[in-house]
Amino acid sequence: MGDDENREPKTTYREAMREALREALRADERVFLMGEDVGRYGGCFGVSLGLLEEFGPERVRDTPLSESAFVGAGIGAALAGMRPIVEIMTVNFSLLALDQILNNAATLLHMSGGQLPVPLVIRMTTGAGRQLAAQHSHSLEGWYAHIPGIRVLAPATLEDARHMLAPALADRDPVLIFEHGSLYNVSGELLPPTASVDLDHAAIRRPGTDISLITYGGSLSKALGAADELAAEGISAEVIDLRTLRPLDDAAVTASVARTHRAVVIDEAWRTGSLAAEVSARIAEGSFYELDAPVERVCSAEVPMPYARRLEEAALPQTADIVAAAHRAVD
Amino acid sequence: MSVARTTRTRKDPASPKSGKGTAAKRRKSGPRVGPPGTGRRTDQLEAMLRIRRFEERCVELYSAAKIRGFVHLYIGEEAVAVGVNQVLTPEDAVVSTYREHGHALARGITAEAVMAEMYGRTTGCSGGRGGSMHLFDASRRFYGGNAIVAGGLPLAAGLALADRMRGQANVTCCFFGDGAFAEGEFHETANLAALWKLPLLLVCENNLYAMGTALERHEAQTDLAMRAASYGMVSWAVDGMDVEAVEQATRRAVEGIRAGTGPHFLELRTYRFRAHSMYDPDRYREKGEIEQWKSRDPVSLLMDRMRDSGELDDEEVARIEQRITDEIDHAVETAEQAPEEPVEHLLHHVTSGPAEVVS
Repeated sequence: MGDDENREPKTTYREAMREALREALRADERVFLMGEDVGRYGGCFGVSLGLLEEFGPERVRDTPLSESAFVGAGIGAALAGMRPIVEIMTVNFSLLALDQILNNAATLLHMSGGQLPVPLVIRMTTGAGRQLAAQHSHSLEGWYAHIPGIRVLAPATLEDARHMLAPALADRDPVLIFEHGSLYNVSGELLPPTASVDLDHAAIRRPGTDISLITYGGSLSKALGAADELAAEGISAEVIDLRTLRPLDDAAVTASVARTHRAVVIDEAWRTGSLAAEVSARIAEGSFYELDAPVERVCSAEVPMPYARRLEEAALPQTADIVAAAHRAVD
Repeated sequence: MSVARTTRTRKDPASPKSGKGTAAKRRKSGPRVGPPGTGRRTDQLEAMLRIRRFEERCVELYSAAKIRGFVHLYIGEEAVAVGVNQVLTPEDAVVSTYREHGHALARGITAEAVMAEMYGRTTGCSGGRGGSMHLFDASRRFYGGNAIVAGGLPLAAGLALADRMRGQANVTCCFFGDGAFAEGEFHETANLAALWKLPLLLVCENNLYAMGTALERHEAQTDLAMRAASYGMVSWAVDGMDVEAVEQATRRAVEGIRAGTGPHFLELRTYRFRAHSMYDPDRYREKGEIEQWKSRDPVSLLMDRMRDSGELDDEEVARIEQRITDEIDHAVETAEQAPEEPVEHLLHHVTSGPAEVVS
């Protein structure tokens, strides 16, 4: 990813996601996009640029800055047979809609004894790295992965950004898609869709035999960078991209650890109570006798994300941290 | 554009045109939804009595530990559920709160299905997973019981939005209490609905208490209809103890909504005669206040009016009461005998696919 050569047409993560939205809007008239600045402005991060002109204000619908009302309205519209795609600017803002997501979207099917599925897609950005400070930078997707009744996706590649939306819309239950803000400008050649793009399976982004680097979303490129460095030292690292944070693909993690006998979990969220904690616990539960070393974790420092560049970099998991954790496990 | 009429509706609504005795003859069995015929008043009376007797039985069953959980009684507020639901069609949608037995029964969900839900049985209207606070019936577009104050409001806006986007002439009716005015979700939804001119009927059951906190102790401005009007929607305050006044106001509002004038707001001034829930010792209200409101009991008000006009006699009342008693007896009996869901089904309905396996 991010290769600078010019020989093939490049696509950005942003364009891949936009094309997925365009395809969805064209394919099904029940689909509409709703959220903060998605229309006139073209999307807070430019993802929906041009869609208003193509599909009109009924289907590309600007909302007031009232997360609870427009997320709840998405749930109601889904109950009534529409297929809304709701965009929230950042995961920090989604907390204002947490009541609707948890108490309604995730819960209605069960509370109603199976009568009320909620076929809704909610997209939002997550993560740090752009000096946006503490209220625009956190990684709270692990909190959402805690909740039964919803599916949580974290597309890390161009292909997943392009091809995960359609199956997400086909799902009868609420699907949350977390797009790491630092990914939008990543460009590369978009590979044709393959059978490997689905919502149930983790992906092996790089095979290896000595250690498993298990991650997702914005940390994938750092894990791949770490694998490059380790390879130069003769350590063969396998990189697992979880892709779906709920339900977790336990089998992929177990199989990888069975091959490598060592694991580092990389998660941009805080370590305490994180998705990394969940993955580590599952490795301990399911692969304990496969392990040749304790599971290592690389997470963000336990601090609200600082603005200052140097501090932000220090707070985030970096390639060097992953390499160091791998060394602790291997040595 | 916004019309705030915060005066109470007249005490003596439209002079009854139905003649003596016609009501009983045109009766159909069971609760009904939709525009009433000439049997309107008798229908209203029976529907209100059904709610009251159902809940009185709930009190007994709760005391006998047959039903559990939080049970919020509607006794005293029956005129609201009945008056509003009489106007709605089966195609309209209803969103309700945790104080919803009345809304559910008035919407036509059977006492049997509601009682089985209170018992937590598979035959309950939510398959036993909801209980008193979470009654649902998709076939009746009853998007039931939301136990988060104001939590149903955004949902209702979305139902209305979907209907409008698909060109359906339906109205979505959302019930909520005065306590919802303190939540941001009420204001976010009012803004969104008025901005987008959604076909939404907002029905505030102002029973003067948010749980145990009196209106003047939880709202800086207690004129709720006026506040709703500030969002640019037609807003009326109505006597919520007078079922005919409720029905008339609802009819006017629904006509306006179907004509495309956007959301309407009704503040229905009512009172719950019982505590907030079965757990509530009700220490925050004066006995005198409760007695004063009981003197305007919606059931008695309508009965007196019907007796005065000669539409109702003791025999008719006895027949209605017997019918309801039989219905509720049957509901309790069938609930007692209904199967309980096997524990192996615990993880069903978490997602629409196969039960999620958590290793």
